[in-house]
Amino acid sequence: MLPETLSECGPAATIEGRDPSIITGGHADRGEWTLLIAPERIVDACRILKERETFVRLSSVTAVDWYPAEPRFEVVYHLHSIERNQRLRLKCKVGGEAPEIDSVTGVWAGANWYEREVFDLFGVGFRGHPDLRRLMMPDDWEGHPLRKDYPVHGYKYSYKD
Amino acid sequence: MPDLKEEEIPLAGGEARAEETRKRRMTVNMGPQHPSTHGVLRVVVDLDGEVITQAAPDIGYLHTGIEKQCEAINWHQVVTLTDRVDYLANLSNNLVYALAVEKLIGDIEIPPKAQWMRVMLAELQRLSSHLVWLGTHALDLGAMSMLFYCFREREELLRIFEMFSGQRMMTSYIRPGGLALEPPRGWHQRVKKFADIFPSRIDEYETLLENNPIWLKRTRGVGYISVEDMLTEGITGPMLRGAGVAWDIRKSEPYSSYEKFDFQIATRTGNDVYSRYQVRMEEMRQSTRIIQQALDGMPEGPWKADAPKLTLPDREKMKTQMEALIYHFKIVTEGVRVPAGEVYQAVESPRGEIAYYVVSDGTSKPYRVYMRTPSFGNVQALGTLLKGRLLSDSIAAMGSMDFVLGDVDR
Repeated sequence: MLPETLSECGPAATIEGRDPSIITGGHADRGEWTLLIAPERIVDACRILKERETFVRLSSVTAVDWYPAEPRFEVVYHLHSIERNQRLRLKCKVGGEAPEIDSVTGVWAGANWYEREVFDLFGVGFRGHPDLRRLMMPDDWEGHPLRKDYPVHGYKYSYKD
Repeated sequence: MPDLKEEEIPLAGGEARAEETRKRRMTVNMGPQHPSTHGVLRVVVDLDGEVITQAAPDIGYLHTGIEKQCEAINWHQVVTLTDRVDYLANLSNNLVYALAVEKLIGDIEIPPKAQWMRVMLAELQRLSSHLVWLGTHALDLGAMSMLFYCFREREELLRIFEMFSGQRMMTSYIRPGGLALEPPRGWHQRVKKFADIFPSRIDEYETLLENNPIWLKRTRGVGYISVEDMLTEGITGPMLRGAGVAWDIRKSEPYSSYEKFDFQIATRTGNDVYSRYQVRMEEMRQSTRIIQQALDGMPEGPWKADAPKLTLPDREKMKTQMEALIYHFKIVTEGVRVPAGEVYQAVESPRGEIAYYVVSDGTSKPYRVYMRTPSFGNVQALGTLLKGRLLSDSIAAMGSMDFVLGDVDR
């Protein structure tokens, strides 16, 4: 069921029309649309938006850590349609010991590095990703720096040293 | 250099040639300290003779954890970090952060003078960035003197930035709520003098390059990548416009009153290194037009918003007014409180789409600042761009991307 604030959001209506179980919520705030997507349906949602709603560009993929809430991670996708000059934000909540979500590299090849970055800095895994390795940090790095329980100066050094 | 069409390039493959191919194969490590990568980019290149069969960019050598640091300092302090993301387009980064914070706050009105100043500075920054690109790109391809011509003009631009902000590169001049300082005396004449002379300088660059047969041979028809690949891989900016896609955020989602300026989106349809060069040259001309318009029609009035809880008070007022002193104390010690919410703000930087995703939880520090930088999206497509091309062309193709490694790694 679509929230009332999204009644003018065409893309949301399209997804809802094809499968009402994909969107679990959303809101319009400060002129931006946000759709909450069921994590296991993210690839379906992206495919519909790309093929039916001209969202040919994936602007970025990132995550927000809401530690200590559970599920703690929000994986955030920003989509853009050049043709309609529209932007859309998709969000999936993932959590647990080993948070995981399906990769959207099959829809946009360019999701590759964005997902690797999220994997590297947040420790969220992407099922079906062709090359899931660390991107920014060295391969033998321990921990995921952008998690909220990771100290700013790291584990190894402190300001006292 | 032989003039190879795409289908004639001897790509590796085919059972019969497998053995011979294995003998000719070689893996070359380019970078991270290779001068043509303009920073610390490492590319692992698999070669079959002179032809690249696979190119894998490896990044992270300049990762400084800027996004993590943003979460530990208050809203105003983040401005200084945004400078260091893309060190050739500092003001563009300042601008996108300021716009994002202002969008989060909501009910704040930026006075026209500040908006026009922002447009003018962002365009001066575009000129400065394109000049570095032109100089170094031409240097890579053997036209050495271009560097000296370009840096002659860039020097004047950096002096103008220094005049405004006291810094040549890390300006931090555009702040949430307006500008950091009052524009200095005499800035108008100085920028005017530059804007008047600059179009003739662009002509000068063009005579140096357009009549140079080596330049033309090394750029025309080199560095093709299909528009579909560009869109799915995340390439933005002049690369996309060089392939005929007329998408410029200054036009499509105007910010900071860009809609009041008269300029055209520079596009070419060649989709090669030469087209991208032409697009950037045209963009420099258009930027100069915008600067001229900003100078002629610069509105009078305040240079920052009337928002005492957001912007620092005037120094003079602090000496005479109690409230100003209190606000100053609160902003500096406690920081500004920004209402909870999230925004995604995009602007057109010299390299393409730069967008900040800023999340606030209502405290005086950002909860999350994500920087979608144009170079990151562009470098990601390097593998697709270089595959099947000659190694000698890879320098031209990489140069035409105009990436900044600080922008990639953050």
